Amino acid sequence: MSDIGYLDHSKEAQFGDFVALLKPRVMSLVVFTAMVGLLVAPNPVHPFVGFVAILFIALGGGASGALNMWYDADIDRVMRRTKGRPIPAGRVTEGEALGFGLALAGISCVMLALASNLFSGLFLAFTIFFYAVVYTMWLKRSTPQNIVIGGAAGAFPPMIGWAVATGGISLESVAMFAIIFLWTPPHFWSLALFMKDDYSNAGVPMLTVTHGRRATRKQIFAYTLILAPVAIGTAFTSIGGPVYLATALVLNALFIKGGWTILRRTEETAQEETYRFEKRYFYFSLLYLFGHFLALLVEAALRHFGLGGW
Amino acid sequence: MAITRDSDMHKRRFSRNMGLGVVLIGFVALVFGLTVVKVQGGSKMEAFDHQPRVSALPASEPVEARPQKVAPGAPVGGTQ
Repeated sequence: MSDIGYLDHSKEAQFGDFVALLKPRVMSLVVFTAMVGLLVAPNPVHPFVGFVAILFIALGGGASGALNMWYDADIDRVMRRTKGRPIPAGRVTEGEALGFGLALAGISCVMLALASNLFSGLFLAFTIFFYAVVYTMWLKRSTPQNIVIGGAAGAFPPMIGWAVATGGISLESVAMFAIIFLWTPPHFWSLALFMKDDYSNAGVPMLTVTHGRRATRKQIFAYTLILAPVAIGTAFTSIGGPVYLATALVLNALFIKGGWTILRRTEETAQEETYRFEKRYFYFSLLYLFGHFLALLVEAALRHFGLGGW
Repeated sequence: MAITRDSDMHKRRFSRNMGLGVVLIGFVALVFGLTVVKVQGGSKMEAFDHQPRVSALPASEPVEARPQKVAPGAPVGGTQ
């Protein structure tokens, strides 16, 4: 009898499973910030070269996502939020994810270097290394400050975008890096306050678990205070201007005010209200980052017409 | 379920093959587009082809001072 129907093909990967390995939602943030970094730079880039550069920066980000899923497959199997990812669900093997991630990392760095300049390609390679090795393999499971330093990986894309146009690093690109870097902790910890994920079961030290929720609230507020001068100070660099300054002043005032409310709230109140404020604060943090980078883009567009800037 | 043309396994493989095909065609289009842009952008395209000539020498050197070497037997004034 030739019936081999007992083989389970429902676990065979579809194209979408490989797309899921790239963490498309993280990629969208990478695309946006890298695009702003590229467009606000003083040197014009050919639109097609710019498009290709952003595409490969995003692909490099996706490659580090695949490498992260390969290494973290054991944690992903334990946590509710990540159980449905392609590797824990059994649709993609760990070896496939590793090969896929490494191949994409190589392709994206080489193509970025060929499309723009060698420095950008090397910078992208460093970013992938930072996310996959420094954050995923080293820091994530060893310190509750994991996301603070790991946030740097998410903050590099606008610097790479800037490097595509200018071939280097400057004060402006470091300022864009600093905004995302300092924004990551309050953004992520506000999520950690209401997403009661079983990080502790998975062996990942999360600040809410290791130092408690009170300490997390204090840290969120502290970071909003450190972030504000950096975000507002960027207005006085060559990429800033009055539109950006006004946006930064309003957004930072609201961010600090929200951080203060988070600090003052007790866990009982938060639980009674099913973490309504924490959730709102988390979504506002997304708007905060989007608003700053959009304002930078508006300044660049205005400069194009002889307006904008100081 | 028996393996027929419309079995689930075929659908999944078709989705993978189709996706990869589209990605590869897209990649070819990208490289072609990049080539067109780089050529139109006037990137340096003239390289050394074993025949020294003025136009392939570094621009910083005083080109008049360097006598152009002509291979023995080559027609006068010919660079190729």
